[in-house]
Amino acid sequence: MPFRETFWNIPHWAEIGQYILGLLTILVFAYGVFRRVKRWRMGQPEKRFDQIGKRLWSVLVDAFGQARTAQDAYAGIMHLTIFWGMVALFIGTALATVDWDVTHLFFGFQFLINGAYILYELILDIFGVLLLVGLGMAVYRRYFIRPPRLQPATAWQNALAQNVDRDDAYALVMLTLITLSGYFVEGLRIAVSKPEWSPWSPVGNALASWFIVTGDPTNRTLHLTLWTIHILVAFILIASIPFTKLFHILAAPLNIFFRSMQPAGTLIPARNDDQVGVKEWRDFTWKQLLDFEACVRCGRCQDACPAFASGASLSPRNFIISLKTHLWDTSSGHRLHGDVISSKELWACTSCRACVQVCPIFVDHLASIVDMRRYLVNEGEIDALLQKTLANLGRYGNSFGQSERLRVKWTQPIQAVIKDARKEAVEYLWFVGDYASYHVMFSDITRKTAQVFQKADLDFGILYDAERNTGNDVRRVGEEGLYESLVEKNAAVMSKCKYNTIVTTDPHTYNTLKNEYPANGNNHPVLHYTELLDQLIAAGKLQINKKLNYKVTYHDPCYLGRYNGIYDAPRRIIRALGCELTEMPRHGDRAFCCGAGGGKIWMEEQPEVKERPAESRVREAAGIPGVSTLVTTCPKDLVMFCDAVKTAGLEGKILVKDLIELVDEAM
Amino acid sequence: MNQDIYVVIEHLRGKTADISYLMLAGARALAQATGGEVIAVLLGHNAQSLANNMAADKVLYVEHPALAEFTSDAYQRTLAGLIAGKEPRAVLFASSSIGTDAASVLSARLKLPLISSCQSFSADGRPICQICGGKIMAESDLPDTTTLLTMTPGGYKPEEGQSGKAPDVIKVEAPSLDNLRVTLKQYIEPEAGDVDISKEPIIVSVGRGIQNQDNIEIAEELARALGGVVAASRPVVDQGWMSTSRLVGKSGKKVKPKIYLALGISGAPEHVEGMGESEVIIAINTDTNAPIFNVAKYGTTVDLFDLVPALTEKLREVKKV
Amino acid sequence: MNVVALFKLVPDLVEELEIDQSGTALNTDFLRLIINELDDHAIEQAILLKERSGARMTVIGSDAEGADDVLYTAVAKGADQLIKLMGDPNAVINNHAMARATAIVLKELQPDLILTGVQAHNDLDGSIGPLVAEYLGMPYVGYVSGVNVQNGRIVVRKEYPGGLIAEMEVDLPAVVGIQSAEQPPRYVTVNKVRQAMKTAAIEERPLPALDVSGGAAIRRMFKPESATRAKMIEGSTEEVTARLLDIFKEIGAL
Repeated sequence: MPFRETFWNIPHWAEIGQYILGLLTILVFAYGVFRRVKRWRMGQPEKRFDQIGKRLWSVLVDAFGQARTAQDAYAGIMHLTIFWGMVALFIGTALATVDWDVTHLFFGFQFLINGAYILYELILDIFGVLLLVGLGMAVYRRYFIRPPRLQPATAWQNALAQNVDRDDAYALVMLTLITLSGYFVEGLRIAVSKPEWSPWSPVGNALASWFIVTGDPTNRTLHLTLWTIHILVAFILIASIPFTKLFHILAAPLNIFFRSMQPAGTLIPARNDDQVGVKEWRDFTWKQLLDFEACVRCGRCQDACPAFASGASLSPRNFIISLKTHLWDTSSGHRLHGDVISSKELWACTSCRACVQVCPIFVDHLASIVDMRRYLVNEGEIDALLQKTLANLGRYGNSFGQSERLRVKWTQPIQAVIKDARKEAVEYLWFVGDYASYHVMFSDITRKTAQVFQKADLDFGILYDAERNTGNDVRRVGEEGLYESLVEKNAAVMSKCKYNTIVTTDPHTYNTLKNEYPANGNNHPVLHYTELLDQLIAAGKLQINKKLNYKVTYHDPCYLGRYNGIYDAPRRIIRALGCELTEMPRHGDRAFCCGAGGGKIWMEEQPEVKERPAESRVREAAGIPGVSTLVTTCPKDLVMFCDAVKTAGLEGKILVKDLIELVDEAM
Repeated sequence: MNQDIYVVIEHLRGKTADISYLMLAGARALAQATGGEVIAVLLGHNAQSLANNMAADKVLYVEHPALAEFTSDAYQRTLAGLIAGKEPRAVLFASSSIGTDAASVLSARLKLPLISSCQSFSADGRPICQICGGKIMAESDLPDTTTLLTMTPGGYKPEEGQSGKAPDVIKVEAPSLDNLRVTLKQYIEPEAGDVDISKEPIIVSVGRGIQNQDNIEIAEELARALGGVVAASRPVVDQGWMSTSRLVGKSGKKVKPKIYLALGISGAPEHVEGMGESEVIIAINTDTNAPIFNVAKYGTTVDLFDLVPALTEKLREVKKV
Repeated sequence: MNVVALFKLVPDLVEELEIDQSGTALNTDFLRLIINELDDHAIEQAILLKERSGARMTVIGSDAEGADDVLYTAVAKGADQLIKLMGDPNAVINNHAMARATAIVLKELQPDLILTGVQAHNDLDGSIGPLVAEYLGMPYVGYVSGVNVQNGRIVVRKEYPGGLIAEMEVDLPAVVGIQSAEQPPRYVTVNKVRQAMKTAAIEERPLPALDVSGGAAIRRMFKPESATRAKMIEGSTEEVTARLLDIFKEIGAL
């Protein structure tokens, strides 16, 4: 009858010892967890218990299913095999414990017998192999392929790099030791007890054949030795979970559970007390501290970051690692601002959200960057150009420092007068935006937008010179007060107008109007012009008179794509116009930011930058064979790419156009 | 009160400033309306010879060691007595670091009216002033008493105030100049730049319109293609985007190149003071109302970010041939 | 030490300036006022002095649209005392009148150092700093870009053309005309200014009667002659480029 004698060959004292160690392990583990939770609670409060159902579902899909981890195929296989391998083996041990210490002890029966036992052994052996495969993949990648994102980068980090390296190695070494010792224990047991059903433990069975030479008493001794090793390693592993990288077993699902369920485009609110932004680590919320602790240093965020790619000082990965280390650094007296995180790093961020999007643990790097920026802005530690721009925004309501009256200069050549939404009711309130209104490169395109709306017989109006910058990037820069004052001004004007829907040219305007203005009372639906045109085309209300046969590629603006999930509408429009669309390698939610967001277009460029993000992007577009035009749907993208085409020497090789230009041409 | 026009000569470290000659020319124009003489007022120490090429009818020279270099207190005390004693129709000061330190204080001390930023005089002797960044001109009446005026360049040429014939020099007694409240400690030379822009025949100059430090690159490329150098207006230098050795203007260098290309420069008087005498000024500015177009010979409102690279490229092509 | 910064509001040149009906003054319809940029530098320099030497700093300006904002922003930067001079908004005013009246107020404050911008673009009768100095009997140095307090006197860096600097020693009390502060005027967040509005108080003092003698009567105001205006080159970038190349050839630069 297939069965395994629990504690076979294990003397009584070892059995007792195991239980005592087990108890100790649990105590140490609990203490470790408690210590960490206590530190998180030193942070500021934050409400993250809403929408429990949605949260649990996310844990299922993203923590257990590891959906994001699997987006990198190699890493997906590697981690899932390790994870499920360990889970299976852990469940296996748990079942064995229940079988012996519960059902046998209290109810007089055991269930790991016969068929159940055979299946049990087989499954565990297989999962053990999978686990070793995963571990092998991990070792190979980390120590042989050595991808840059797994290497520590900053000088500051290098001082602690040894600890980090050791931590990374520790997990792999321990898991390998447990698995191998486990197999050897099994093999040695089979070698001595020679059960008939041993082929159902294929690995153990194969190993057993190695020990035919050593013979019985030796094998028993070896068995006990390896069993002791296995127990010790396992307990040390478990006890060390809260003190090592393995803590992510708990922290990652927790982090995923507590992630923000707000739309991506909603920034964390500023605190309402005296402290503005984050000055020291205790000013972070407990959730932000959990973010730092849950990070496993996979570095995907660094790979996705346009600032890092350009050579600037920021690496989202190192940002989080530095913060996590700082959290526990009680003796060095390092200050958060300046010693741990430099202001250069903070200002290098374009708020593109690629890091947040790609993180398998759902760390929100951006929230912490903005929170730290808020402090710098409050202290006035911002570069001169940004200061000037903020002053201009405060005084003139636009980032160009031009008079409000010039906002509508672009309308002058237009014959049919555009309705003034302040005076008449309109169906669509068109929020034009600073760049589309003031920037010399864009006025023609804004006129075309108006023409397209007119040709489509839309009832639309604008706010004329009462429109102000909606403040999206002001908020990402960290000037909450200025943001609020802009919102007030816009809301005051908008509340007096009668309209059904807001339509915007600029995705930045779109983002804040849609996701953040409702909190201030604006509840009208907001559309980006691509959504609107898409609707009109679908309803047959847009007359496309000629098909354009251009071969184009499309750049997903950060604030349209990653932030608001609008990927398909612009593509449908491009196809409806008769253009042939070829995707760039980095498209959709992996689109590479042009580098203007987060207020960067208002700042001086950092000298370390080797290749501007916009240049990298236009090279990517120009590199697609046959493609003549790079199409975009954001005014800042257009400005950045047109400039980049010149500086990268690609004039004549690729055109940059806003989608509305193509629509206008086709009508 | 007589009808003479006095000109307070501005000199620095042994050299007469161009604006002094310019004022002499202006004084001549005003004197024609008032019917008086043009009298230069020179304060200094062993500085008499500076008067030799001045187009003045007379020179009043006050000699005192404390007047060797300009300090506001010393000049104010000396001129107060002189002006109160002589009662001229008008006294012209330079609208400069030296002139303005003296003029306003004297206006209050002597209770005499002051008109500032005067650029020229109308035919009947009315001062025409340039204010509001060069956007507005104001013509005033010359009050009926000794009037102090500060003059800015633009209305007259320094050459018009120079003369081959040395005027008569009349020595005037200096007042007691003890216990001065303002004393000169030392001069600090500017950082020696790699280039002396005042000697360059072709200058490509950038202003606020260049928007940020990196864009200056396109101006440098154009300058290279033209065989010239890059200079800048005050806002650019204040931001630290270019060194002070490249500053053109009132506080910077005065340049008279063959070609002065002004990119994104509005043309405020302080800047024009430094380049207004260039042979050919070409202004590129998207604001059609920018005052620079009033001093430029040619102008265009095409965006400099489109024009400059295009120009550079065409120049390179032409030069290769 | 008692430091006072004087400011005034001037027409914002970002807007188009128009002459009014009378032809002797600016049309105030679309006129926006902004702090005289050099006065902003004076305030910044005063704050720097306060930060370096612990001086007490007062900001004074006269009542006009936007004056409150300037005052609250100054206190958010660190000013200790705010004074707004209240007068008849329709009164004809020039710098002489303003200087006389301000001098009376300043005498009460007994300042050691008064900083103000060395000029404002709408000055027609000289700038206010030296006039105030004389009415208070204090020495004046203008075109200053650095101020240091040393042993009860100040050492200032006076700017001359070509980047030359003259270091002058000045007895206190004195008035200094600022050309630029040692660092550009700092930014204060909207929140800080709002905080200031809640906690700071602006002292309103009546402006003593104005005596405008010392100025001049404007006969006419006009925009610069277009007779001397540049020959404008129109057209596309290509056309303008071509024309400019021709000009370069004509001048002999090629």
